[in-house]
Amino acid sequence: MSSDTYAPPLAPAYPPGGRSIFEADARYQVRRGVARLMAVLVGLAALGAVAVLWIILGYVIWRGLPAINWPFFTQRPLPYGEPGGGVGPAIAGSLVLLGVASTIGVPIGLGAGIYLSEFGRGRFADAVRFCGDLVAGLPSIVVGVFIWALLVRHVIGHFSGLAGAAALAIIMVPIIVRTVEAMLRLVPHTLREAALALGVPQWRVVLSVVLPSARAGIITGVVLALARAGGETAPLLLTTLGNMFFNWNLSQPTAALPIQIYNYAVAPYDDWHTKAWGASLVLIAVIGILSVLTRLATRGKKLA
Amino acid sequence: MTIEATDARRMGPLIPALAVPAAAWKERAASDAAIGGHAMRVESLSAWYGNHLAVHDITLDIKPRAVTAIIGPSGCGKSTLVRCLNRMHEVTPGAPRVSGRVLLDRHDIYAPGVDPVQVRRHVGMVFQKPNPFPSMSIYDNVVAGLKLTKAPSKAVLDETVERCLRQAALWDEVKDKLKQSGVSLSGGQQQRLCIARALAMAPRVLLMDEPCSALDPIATYKIEALITELKREYTIAIVTHNMQQASRVSDFTAFLLAADDRIGRLVEYGETAELFTAPKDERTEAYITGRFG
Repeated sequence: MSSDTYAPPLAPAYPPGGRSIFEADARYQVRRGVARLMAVLVGLAALGAVAVLWIILGYVIWRGLPAINWPFFTQRPLPYGEPGGGVGPAIAGSLVLLGVASTIGVPIGLGAGIYLSEFGRGRFADAVRFCGDLVAGLPSIVVGVFIWALLVRHVIGHFSGLAGAAALAIIMVPIIVRTVEAMLRLVPHTLREAALALGVPQWRVVLSVVLPSARAGIITGVVLALARAGGETAPLLLTTLGNMFFNWNLSQPTAALPIQIYNYAVAPYDDWHTKAWGASLVLIAVIGILSVLTRLATRGKKLA
Repeated sequence: MTIEATDARRMGPLIPALAVPAAAWKERAASDAAIGGHAMRVESLSAWYGNHLAVHDITLDIKPRAVTAIIGPSGCGKSTLVRCLNRMHEVTPGAPRVSGRVLLDRHDIYAPGVDPVQVRRHVGMVFQKPNPFPSMSIYDNVVAGLKLTKAPSKAVLDETVERCLRQAALWDEVKDKLKQSGVSLSGGQQQRLCIARALAMAPRVLLMDEPCSALDPIATYKIEALITELKREYTIAIVTHNMQQASRVSDFTAFLLAADDRIGRLVEYGETAELFTAPKDERTEAYITGRFG
């Protein structure tokens, strides 16, 4: 040790041989025990929450994998007794339905979210927010019945892909509105002030400063809405009906994966049950791939 | 020896002297009158948040190509006052309202039909906390205002970036990493980036709302040196709670104070050298000698 370092003499331990002032009393020991128990319990809860995902995924893969082969993706479903057949029309139908539903739902949801966060003040905004929450809580079968009554019975006159896409859009909009508003509110007010103080008009501030800052969160909202809409069965049963053939005409009944899963699952044949598991696996994969593609497609791109 | 002088010597010949002596100021004011420059005049300005009157009946001049400091204890309305000078008060939450006139080169910025967006292009602002745009590079931060209001050519943008970063004394530190994110810089560098961003709009007046309160002493010193440099070309109003800073960088000082009614009023306004050495109002004297606030 160099001589210019300050080194005080070591103090003797205190009190000599007595109770330490740091000794825990009985009540504290109980509390410490309870705290440790609680930490273990919440840890187990977290494990359980994640385990559900992996158990479902694992089980779907175990039951569905035997159905998966190339014709399963490309062929149309065949009547019972004919070997083979697949869910090609359902995959194509689901993608088309989600595409059309997003084309309707994303601009409305994004616009309404931006309105609520950036422009909405007072009673009208509160009313919009409240109604949005109500729509989010609407059972999807009710959305299906409504679209059935409006589009299937009257405007279009028969079951069609367009009616299904409209129902899915209604389900997507409130999810997107909520996440977009929440994400835009997370953007600090100081950033808006910085841009406004430069003499940038408010619409440009929103488009070029606020939206890019919240991009990741907005995309998460859109992906969540896609995943939710992609798995909806009830409204599709009442609107698109399903189809055993490839169909690209939106005014005609269209196949969709959830309907196909439902039809396969309620049938009394073991082969179709395996196909239902296979179609479930495909649905999970389609949603997963859509999520990844959405993120990739919007990565590093500026909105303006 | 004063602290500033010691710092100046330690940090090299960065700036000659921070505060301009009164005599030198008068000499310069005479030459200014010949050269021109942009001035602001605040007339009977009052500002509210809802029903709460925040500042009452302020009248003062912001002289061209000089630094006017607005000082006072917390809650005296100095930030509110300065935010009224580029119509940023009205984007503050809480039902903001303004009465009175603010003239920029004899044009009232509160005249009917005046678009606040246009006012802000002439009166730039630097905020308390450095706030570069996190989604933009250093380069894009500097020209953000230009890009979002006009469609300038690449050559104009390049020229503006270098000129403004040089003016903000930041060019040498960032010239090799213009594509990096603006938030990768230190706090002091971020604040100079924000100054460069404001300068890129070629404002007639530059407002600074406690620009150094989130910075360490060395970064503060650099900003102060920069302010002294910028006043050769710009009219500057700076809000500060730091009286030493006001005495170092400003030519004129306005002292605001809120009494028990929490309404900010202008107590004294004058040349900095006089206000700090021979205050006319006893409240000013009490404040600058540290007896309250």
